Amino acid sequence: MGIQAFDYVRPTDLAEARKAYEATGDARYIAGGQTLLPVMKQRLAQPAAVIDLGGIAGLSGIRVEGNALIVGAMTRHADVAASADVRRLIPALAHLAGLIGDPQVRNRGTMGGSLANNDPSADYPAAVLGLGATVLTDSRSITADDFFDGLFATTLEEGEIIRAISFPVPERAAYEKFPHPASRFALVGVMVSKGAGVRVAATGAGQAGVFRVSEMEAALAKDFSAKAIEGLSVSPDDMIADMHAPGAYRAQLVGVLARRAVAALQ
Amino acid sequence: MPQITLTVNGTPQKLDVPANALLVDVLRDTLALTGTHIGCDTSQCGACTVHIDGRSAKSCTVLAVQADGAQITTIEGLQSGATLHPMQEAFRNHHGLQCGFCTPGMIMAAVALVADKPDIDEAGVRHGLEGNLCRCTGYQNIVAAVLDGARAMQTSKAGG
Ligand SMILES: Cc1cc2nc3c(=O)[nH]c(=O)nc-3n(C[C@H](O)[C@H](O)[C@H](O)COP(=O)(O)OP(=O)(O)OC[C@H]3O[C@@H](n4cnc5c(N)ncnc54)[C@H](O)[C@@H]3O)c2cc1C
Ligand code: FES
Ligand code: FES
Repeated sequence: MGIQAFDYVRPTDLAEARKAYEATGDARYIAGGQTLLPVMKQRLAQPAAVIDLGGIAGLSGIRVEGNALIVGAMTRHADVAASADVRRLIPALAHLAGLIGDPQVRNRGTMGGSLANNDPSADYPAAVLGLGATVLTDSRSITADDFFDGLFATTLEEGEIIRAISFPVPERAAYEKFPHPASRFALVGVMVSKGAGVRVAATGAGQAGVFRVSEMEAALAKDFSAKAIEGLSVSPDDMIADMHAPGAYRAQLVGVLARRAVAALQ
Repeated sequence: MPQITLTVNGTPQKLDVPANALLVDVLRDTLALTGTHIGCDTSQCGACTVHIDGRSAKSCTVLAVQADGAQITTIEGLQSGATLHPMQEAFRNHHGLQCGFCTPGMIMAAVALVADKPDIDEAGVRHGLEGNLCRCTGYQNIVAAVLDGARAMQTSKAGG
């Protein structure tokens, strides 16, 4: 089944893209298309206009600015995984990017698209929340703690465009993922970082999407060791339960993966 | 209708395509390059894998308009004259196919994989082919073919 017809627009700057969005009642931006096109094929989205962010200069690429790594929204997963700067400064982020989907998906999919989509089983939300990153849009900056807003939802306003993501470089960070064997999405993924503070973020698990495991953060702040979080767990009642795994399984994985991530950093 | 320019297997093509046309449909229906297969049409199987500017992509999950200006290589563009590409030859030698439906996508994915990492090992091949499904072979011979193809690509490069 083909995709329903739409008007295609390829703006060359952010203001033009925003204007094109506002001029149409029902528009969608397209970045890598690795989520949007499958969704359009299923007719779960039938936008009247598709606005391609691919023609906007300056939206892709990675740069170091002071103690932060700035990743452009249109940067492909494969380029994050291969970047010498990312591998040197936040190897856990490069590792995470290299675990997303498969090479073909990583060659097209972008960080901005993944974050705007906020799939509860996506990997980047764990990186952004677990590293305490900031999402930079065409009009403001949003801290990770304020950005994610439940399943497939964010605090982006209608038409707001992610421009880049700013990651503070941590002292140490590790990402552990238990991939769904068929889809490669995270059945559970946990990012642990130690920098200004300790952060533990879990994806794939929570019914409300990516979340911080504050009890573990507090224990690790006192004693950064796998032992310190032994016995700590999250409530199975708050976890996703589906045909792939019950809530108790996911809750167990959050603990196991968090301990593995910490152990990898000791 | 948007007009786009694609360089497909070295030949520039000026095409009028509907905005909602997928790259795979333009390759197969407009350009009659039917070596690129459609297995699932849901971004899972990799049968539709082609190279866009040298990188592997699932052409069922790319709008043709998104590829405007790009260099596209399909399975038809891999061999030079009557000589098969070393990766094609390796699939033949290792019986890396049964029905052959997944094969064009497997080979395109493999060539991109090896170009990226010439000294790839078995674990790398298995991880790197996660986006390509085969319903026949059980993958064993495909992996053997890719490893051998990787060596042959090195040799043919060294030999010029
Ligand atoms: C087979 C397969 C396996 C996958 N496996 C994984 C996996 O293991 N882990 C994982 O995390 N993901 C996985 N994905 C999803 C993949 O990472 C997508 O690339 C990603 O979710 C969306 O990025 P995109 O650039 O393709 O966005 P698109 O599909 O182009 O867009 C997605 C949504 O975001 C919006 N959007 C895009 N860019 C912006 C922006 N800059 N500002 C505002 N809104 C924007 C679009 O309007 C759209 O609503 C998989 C996908 C496939 C097809
Ligand atoms: S046909 Fe494109 S991934 Fe299956
Ligand atoms: S050889 Fe038949 S699907 Fe792979």
